[in-house]
Amino acid sequence: MKLRVDVLRQKSPTSKPYRQIIELDCENTETTVAALLDTINSSNLKDINLNDIGEIKWDCNCLQKKCGACAMVINGRPRLACDTKVSEFKNGKITLEPLKKFPTVCDLVVDRAPMYENLKKLNVWLEDNSALKPKNTELAYEASRCIQCGCCLEVCPNFSVDASFFGAAAAVPVSRIISELNKTKGYDVLLNYRKNIYNGCGKSLSCMNICPVGIDIENLMVNSNAASVWKRKN
Amino acid sequence: MTVNIVGAGLAGLSCAYTLAKKGVKCNLISLQPSERAQSVMAEGGINASLNTMGENDSVIEHFLDTMKGAVDLADPNAVLGLCRNAPSLIEMLDKLGVPFSKNSVGIIQRNFGGQKKKRTAFVKSSTGKIVMTALIDTVRKYENRQLITRYSHHKFERLIIENGECKGVIVRDTYNDELKSFCGAVVLCTGGMNGLFEGLTTGTVNNTSDVTATVFEQGVQLANLEFLQYHPTTVEMQQKRFLISEAARGEGARLFINKNGRRWYFMEEKYPELGNLMPRDVVSAEIIKVTAMPECENTVYLDMTPISKDIWENRLSDLKEQCNHYLSVNPQKTPLPVSPGIHYFMGGIYVNENHMASINGLYAAGECACQYHGANRLGGNSLLGALYGGKIAGESVSKIDTEFILNSKTEKFPDKKVSHEISKEISKILSESLKILRNENDLKTAEDKLKFLLNKDLNDAEKKRVNLALATVMCALSRKESRGAHRRVDYPNIDENFRKTTIVSLVNGKIEISYSEIPELRNKNEVKS
Repeated sequence: MKLRVDVLRQKSPTSKPYRQIIELDCENTETTVAALLDTINSSNLKDINLNDIGEIKWDCNCLQKKCGACAMVINGRPRLACDTKVSEFKNGKITLEPLKKFPTVCDLVVDRAPMYENLKKLNVWLEDNSALKPKNTELAYEASRCIQCGCCLEVCPNFSVDASFFGAAAAVPVSRIISELNKTKGYDVLLNYRKNIYNGCGKSLSCMNICPVGIDIENLMVNSNAASVWKRKN
Repeated sequence: MTVNIVGAGLAGLSCAYTLAKKGVKCNLISLQPSERAQSVMAEGGINASLNTMGENDSVIEHFLDTMKGAVDLADPNAVLGLCRNAPSLIEMLDKLGVPFSKNSVGIIQRNFGGQKKKRTAFVKSSTGKIVMTALIDTVRKYENRQLITRYSHHKFERLIIENGECKGVIVRDTYNDELKSFCGAVVLCTGGMNGLFEGLTTGTVNNTSDVTATVFEQGVQLANLEFLQYHPTTVEMQQKRFLISEAARGEGARLFINKNGRRWYFMEEKYPELGNLMPRDVVSAEIIKVTAMPECENTVYLDMTPISKDIWENRLSDLKEQCNHYLSVNPQKTPLPVSPGIHYFMGGIYVNENHMASINGLYAAGECACQYHGANRLGGNSLLGALYGGKIAGESVSKIDTEFILNSKTEKFPDKKVSHEISKEISKILSESLKILRNENDLKTAEDKLKFLLNKDLNDAEKKRVNLALATVMCALSRKESRGAHRRVDYPNIDENFRKTTIVSLVNGKIEISYSEIPELRNKNEVKS
């Protein structure tokens, strides 16, 4: 299969982005975008204008969609590079861009620090020992699976790094905390949830079906809403 | 005093949490955020003799199984501490909100390799991930209280060593190339040495081995580098090895090979008591043996079809999804061809029972440290070792009462990386010699090739990695016996004279190997069964 890979590159946070198009052959139908990037980076290929490519910077670590590092925009959709097979794109055209909601560091690397700062602002931690009840075990498990990749934020019409709405990447982890509280009043996290998640969510549902690990975001938010807004007991 | 923890996986988080509870400040320095750490990949579970399964389990049995798995090469006092504290650590995780599966007695446990009793607590097949989430959230509480300061996207460059003592660490911000020096004791929690076998391990890419290689060059002693764990059930995939968790066998999966046209469940036949759940070193070596037999085909299969639908859904859901996605195999229907792959490094930075390394002011915990696992680690003991090791390192370092004052200044120096070509070359040399079954010829050839490579035009990072690789090969050459994960076809038996820890250090540019006695167990009466 002939591939035409169009990469949006950027040398530094302040420099101007530019596109580079690389053509190469790929025989293995199991090849992921992660493997493709490794291939390009370990080859001496030139782009279609015969310019050097150099190292295309991208974040990765586990290569098995367990760590969330390699999130990027692939053919317009935020996805994990290790979770995307090139054979999906029948015409062989692949566009790679950094997540756009976060500041670009270089090439496909973005600074996702705002996501972590939001978790701090939201008080995503347990002040007391967990009071997890058996009926909430599955909920807490599901919420614990979030890999903080940021794909859900990319598609969210209400999220931006300086907005007061923190998006699903915060709504999921906080739902674990809420599901394990011994009472549904008196904790800052409940007030913060209302302010930074509940009030700002436009219910566009754009984050459904985007999560690379398939977290049922809606179900988690329904439970968090019940506890923080309607004060339903856990 | 501010402690500098390098690495934010489970050991690093555990250390930071321990320090924060004592009111001691720390910098938590890591290349990537904790969510990206290899700890999130641990699947099967975490060992502790909770005795919730009606099998009369005990700390002593956990201790004896761990020592037996380690083929008596672990520090028994450290291992006893590990096993004795395991139940309270699980209790801690429970309080931090890890949603363990429970029955009316308590946390449900499953069978794991090298252990006769159900001792492995788990959260489906994502135990590491779920435990990490709870620890990350807890650590965040102390970040908010300014007891823990995170430096994500910071790469370890080197220790600051003055007069033979570690006084701090130099790190580089990978986003803007800025160097920073942090004064204070250092705890390394930097993971296993996957980079020595690029593309050939089940672990993560960023555990390059370069931190270990750097401190080795700086004079820090390493230990037991020859002990590499080959996990018996891995599958080749692009860029790495795919792991089929031991939990699959713990829940009933069976290994077989076709012999004279019929399925031969060789592990069950050869080892009737533990069968498919023998320690990993034994299973991997058996796979090599049976695939070499003329009457057998050359592929071993893992048959996961005996596992019930309920177990798949409630205990192994992630594993099923991953097999489908990455291997295009439905493990509920089709046996999977498997072969051993490098999974864990028992050796690493030499530490004592308190997790202090060979120089003052330096500590290490987690997979980067050589502790608890001896010649072979039991499944379920890695999360435990990281959690407990991080805690002990934190407790030890918090007792330091001397002030750290830096006399030297850091001059700028360029970022050096190991090139793809050199990395691949080292991996090739090592994988051809540090096999499951080893021999002197292969190891000598590897030694020669690495020495030759050292004379090439290498950058500093490359030299360090080649030296670490060479040290590993020399450790394997020097241990003339077969024990645990180190099997020499030319020395097929255990030699009690080698019941010692291999110590390797770089002295004036020369790699030196010595052996250190395994400490005696202090409370012998306690473990008399």
